[in-house]
Amino acid sequence: MRVGIDVGGTNTDAVILDGDTVVAACKSPTTLDVSSGISAALSVVMGDSGVQPDAIDAVMIGTTHFTNAVVERRRLLEVAAIRIGLPATRGVPPMTDWPADLADTLGRHTFMLHGGHEFDGREIAPLDEAGLLEVAKEIRARGIRSAAITSVFSPVTAVMELRAAEILREECPGVALSLSHEIGRVGFLERENAAIMNACLAELSVKVVSSFRAALGEKGITAPFFISQNDGTLMTPEHVERYPVLTFASGPTNSMRGAARLAGLGDAMVVDIGGTTSDVGMLMQGFPRESAVAVDIGGVRTNFRMPDVLAIGLGGGSLVRDEGARIGPDSVGYEITEKALVFGGDTLTTTDIIVAAGLADIGDASRVASIPKATVETAIATMHRMVDEAVDRMKMSADKLPVILVGGGSVLISRELPSASEVIRPENAGVANAIGAAIAQVGGEVDRIYAMEGRQRDEVLDEAKKEATANAVAAGAVGNSVKIMDIEEVPLAYLPGSATRIRVKAVGDLAFGEA
Amino acid sequence: MREIHPQDLEDIAVGAAILGTGGGGDPYIGKLLARGAIEANAPVKMISLEELPDDAKVVTCGAMGAPTILIEKIPSGEEMLMALRHYEDVTGETVTALMPFEAGGLNSCLPIVLAAQTGLPLIDADGMGRAFPQLEMETFNVYGVKAAPVALADERGNLAMVEADDAAKAEFLARGLCIRMGGQVCLVNYPMDGATAKRVSVPATMSLAQDIGRVLREAKREKKALLPTLIDFLSTTHYGYAKLLGSGKISDIERKVENGWSVGVVTIVPFDDSEPYKIRIQNENLLLEQSGEILAVVPDLICVLDIDTVEAIPTERLRYGQRVDILGIRVPEIMRTPEALAVFGPGAFGIDADYVALGGA
Repeated sequence: MRVGIDVGGTNTDAVILDGDTVVAACKSPTTLDVSSGISAALSVVMGDSGVQPDAIDAVMIGTTHFTNAVVERRRLLEVAAIRIGLPATRGVPPMTDWPADLADTLGRHTFMLHGGHEFDGREIAPLDEAGLLEVAKEIRARGIRSAAITSVFSPVTAVMELRAAEILREECPGVALSLSHEIGRVGFLERENAAIMNACLAELSVKVVSSFRAALGEKGITAPFFISQNDGTLMTPEHVERYPVLTFASGPTNSMRGAARLAGLGDAMVVDIGGTTSDVGMLMQGFPRESAVAVDIGGVRTNFRMPDVLAIGLGGGSLVRDEGARIGPDSVGYEITEKALVFGGDTLTTTDIIVAAGLADIGDASRVASIPKATVETAIATMHRMVDEAVDRMKMSADKLPVILVGGGSVLISRELPSASEVIRPENAGVANAIGAAIAQVGGEVDRIYAMEGRQRDEVLDEAKKEATANAVAAGAVGNSVKIMDIEEVPLAYLPGSATRIRVKAVGDLAFGEA
Repeated sequence: MREIHPQDLEDIAVGAAILGTGGGGDPYIGKLLARGAIEANAPVKMISLEELPDDAKVVTCGAMGAPTILIEKIPSGEEMLMALRHYEDVTGETVTALMPFEAGGLNSCLPIVLAAQTGLPLIDADGMGRAFPQLEMETFNVYGVKAAPVALADERGNLAMVEADDAAKAEFLARGLCIRMGGQVCLVNYPMDGATAKRVSVPATMSLAQDIGRVLREAKREKKALLPTLIDFLSTTHYGYAKLLGSGKISDIERKVENGWSVGVVTIVPFDDSEPYKIRIQNENLLLEQSGEILAVVPDLICVLDIDTVEAIPTERLRYGQRVDILGIRVPEIMRTPEALAVFGPGAFGIDADYVALGGA
């Protein structure tokens, strides 16, 4: 059996899964120390189901803890941001476009050294090892405990980042090192930003992982545990200690994947309707389609593998105006229990509309009896049109797909949607996040610009596929279960024929008992 | 004369992305470089063609290469200065004014970097009035200015000087060097005097980019309808005519290779389910058709804009399901003459169609 746990900012959810069957599920408050909240949730699901600790094969945890730390600027380390790429890159020094308060918190310890590579793997300049020794001296003198190393085109060849790490390990023992090529993809500033954010979480990640370990130990669970990352695949605890930044987008990913599993579908659209917004995303072979544009986290530009989610202003607390023709984007939010008509307030919300239509029994229905029929009908039509349009917008083609509805506001959608082949409302949708964590697989990726001069396309693609597969196995996948999920080839504009950017993603089942 | 301050760069980037007409590269890095250069030196003086002395020694400047490389190998910021110094060393000339060769996309911002570093005035004009994929597609070339000598520099200070009789040959040779120099170089080209610059340049394109950004920013603040405000503004400029050519949802994106060009065809279905629009892309948006009828064709600008934000969507980011407005902008007279159309009209891109200016002018 597998246990899935989702540690959110407010709630800690836990589920026990036997195959695809939900054996037990619960929600309990997140605690300051994290571990007692996990313990409490585990007590409930293990107590309810009678599942013994030794019957658990693996525990998967999803968490937004690290994202929140950056957004709230709390418990972050000062970081030595080391860039290898001069004379290139000098025009935009590290942390140039960061919010000032976050850059201040991290101490603005920036260093730029000669080195780095071209897109075809040639050196821009040899690595400035003497300069690196000077940086090491500064790190010791300033008492910095964590460093981020980013070299130009390290996704093509990582040798300089690895060599720099080797030197720093010797010169500054005990300093945590974040290497950009293990974190991000092509797109220098975004990858460097991610490496620096990762470095500032170096000690928090060790603490959080040990609190996970303590909570499981307290329950007598000796099975291996994993933490889910942005793309819906798993990382070992050791990997998370080193690369906490890779959990940044795991929340929406787990929610979408959990919804898919609950509905028993791999290719579908997911609509998560909350109090203020509805998040719409697309699942392909059980994984969210990823966003192609830069994503800001805590005001910092990144290019993480984030699910492409469209948020629209429709939720259970959205304001209804113009006789139902206009809904949201503003919402009464958590104040719904005071402001909505059915709760004695004076604001017409979407919740009031569905109560008036007799589609839900919430609050005092007599308080909405006077809403004109036409308004109710128009508002319901508006809500369906909004969701339908968002679903259509997020699809990749004109083909109809099933739509899975989850979230507390999913009662708003009661009819069929023109863009959907069917509308599915699964049970246990409230703990979709924890289920998404529990079913996570292991992945590997390659994203790099390949020089194509004098090479066959097939040979280059094969090389990329082999490397992605090897990466998945290295991350803990069973070798023969690994499948290529996605291949993307983009010839570089304005340089015809000479280079192509290739991205390959491979995913496989977790190897039990080997971690 | 205008001064360009760091806070003006955002407006320029927004406008330059629209003038990029789907290509030209994301101005983001260019904006950061320009901001850094202005902060380290001084605000840039931007002068109109009328303010340019006839005996001024002008060169044009910008970057060549793949934007995908630029986002990884960020420039040192010194490349353009090195190209300029190399040009001056070899020719013995002293340059007294700078002009962008391309006001659309990323290349709008790089000349600002060089102007800030040198203190030279930046001329409010360019040779494309938009973005084009090749450096012979310049009004300078159309009206008889030689592209060469072309000085190229990469971030390591590798330098090259290209001499060639015609601009297309200079472009061909420079692009070969560009690949060997790491796929991204800065260059200085099209040397001319001030009197010539007045005759052969597309005027007031940098200020146009800035004004587009400003008009949209102010319209957003005042909660005015964005696209009508932009169209009204454009019709008061020397471009003179802009029109919403269609709106709809992207329903298909097809990519193929044709005659050595990487060609894309985007299909946009109107909201009233009438016949779909088709846009032909070769780095930039070049041709808009509906039911086989041409609605707009290069060199007129075909801009695909997000229907809510009016932000320009670059061709590599077009996706199924996006709601878009298709904005057509007519280029100024200097880009519509028979000589100009021979260099960057439909035929130059292998498109078998006659140019008919938007608005029937």
